[in-house]
Amino acid sequence: MPAVEYAGQTIEVNEEGFLVDSNQWTPEIAEELAQEVGIADLSEQHWKVITFCREDAAKQGQPPGLRRISKLSGVNMKDLYRLFPKGPGKLAAKVSGLPKPQGCI
Amino acid sequence: MTTTLEEPTVAIGQENAAEIQQRKPIERVSIICSKGNLDMAYPGLVLANGARMNGIEAMVFFTFWGLDMVTESKIDHLHVATVGNPSMPIPTMVGGLPGMEAMASKMMKKQMEDLDIPPVREFIEMLHDAGAELYACRMAMDMFKLEEKDLVPQIDEVLTVLDFYDKSAGSQIIFI
Repeated sequence: MPAVEYAGQTIEVNEEGFLVDSNQWTPEIAEELAQEVGIADLSEQHWKVITFCREDAAKQGQPPGLRRISKLSGVNMKDLYRLFPKGPGKLAAKVSGLPKPQGCI
Repeated sequence: MTTTLEEPTVAIGQENAAEIQQRKPIERVSIICSKGNLDMAYPGLVLANGARMNGIEAMVFFTFWGLDMVTESKIDHLHVATVGNPSMPIPTMVGGLPGMEAMASKMMKKQMEDLDIPPVREFIEMLHDAGAELYACRMAMDMFKLEEKDLVPQIDEVLTVLDFYDKSAGSQIIFI
């Protein structure tokens, strides 16, 4: 497993760049992960999505799928695509320090 | 003259993620939905949505029976075929009995719901919101005597086959 330096910490990530241990995640790391996927600044709405994803994953034991995020986070599908234009299905989880979602929806 | 096939350096399925990432990623998919059964409606929708979730441009072209998936009067009443469907785990004679198709369709809808997969109408709305381009086939529309007002509002445009290829520029084309 490669290790990368984020926000001054050495963090283990998998081959696709997802954090191996979601407990190592911090908001500062999220900012750097976001920049890596082309999001210059995390807005209030980004944080709403990230907070939902982390809370939901803690409850459900797996990262939420996109449909679930759009239904429960308070950020609708159109906005999710605007916030994560390069693919919200994968990137919302990645920036939130969670594994790649296993669902197809 | 004999041709020698180049030995693949890595067995299929043995590539690691780093090697996969070196390949040119898919940038755009063009999915043709030509079937109107409920069970054949989902593959195209799931593929198109998955593409968008992964940051891939997606267009869906509804043609022939696939138009049922975007026709107002049909979209909520798509059925699973219980006859002439070799994968259906019941004998064809039984599948032909009255009510069988309705029952199989109901069961499938329930299973989809359990997996958090939306009904077709909601799926089409979701695709539209996800920025997938949705097109209906001109020829099939003429054949089934349909007008644009008969289709769901998420359809962006009615295309001829020539338009279809123009819009599919740079796409991987998938036929369902």
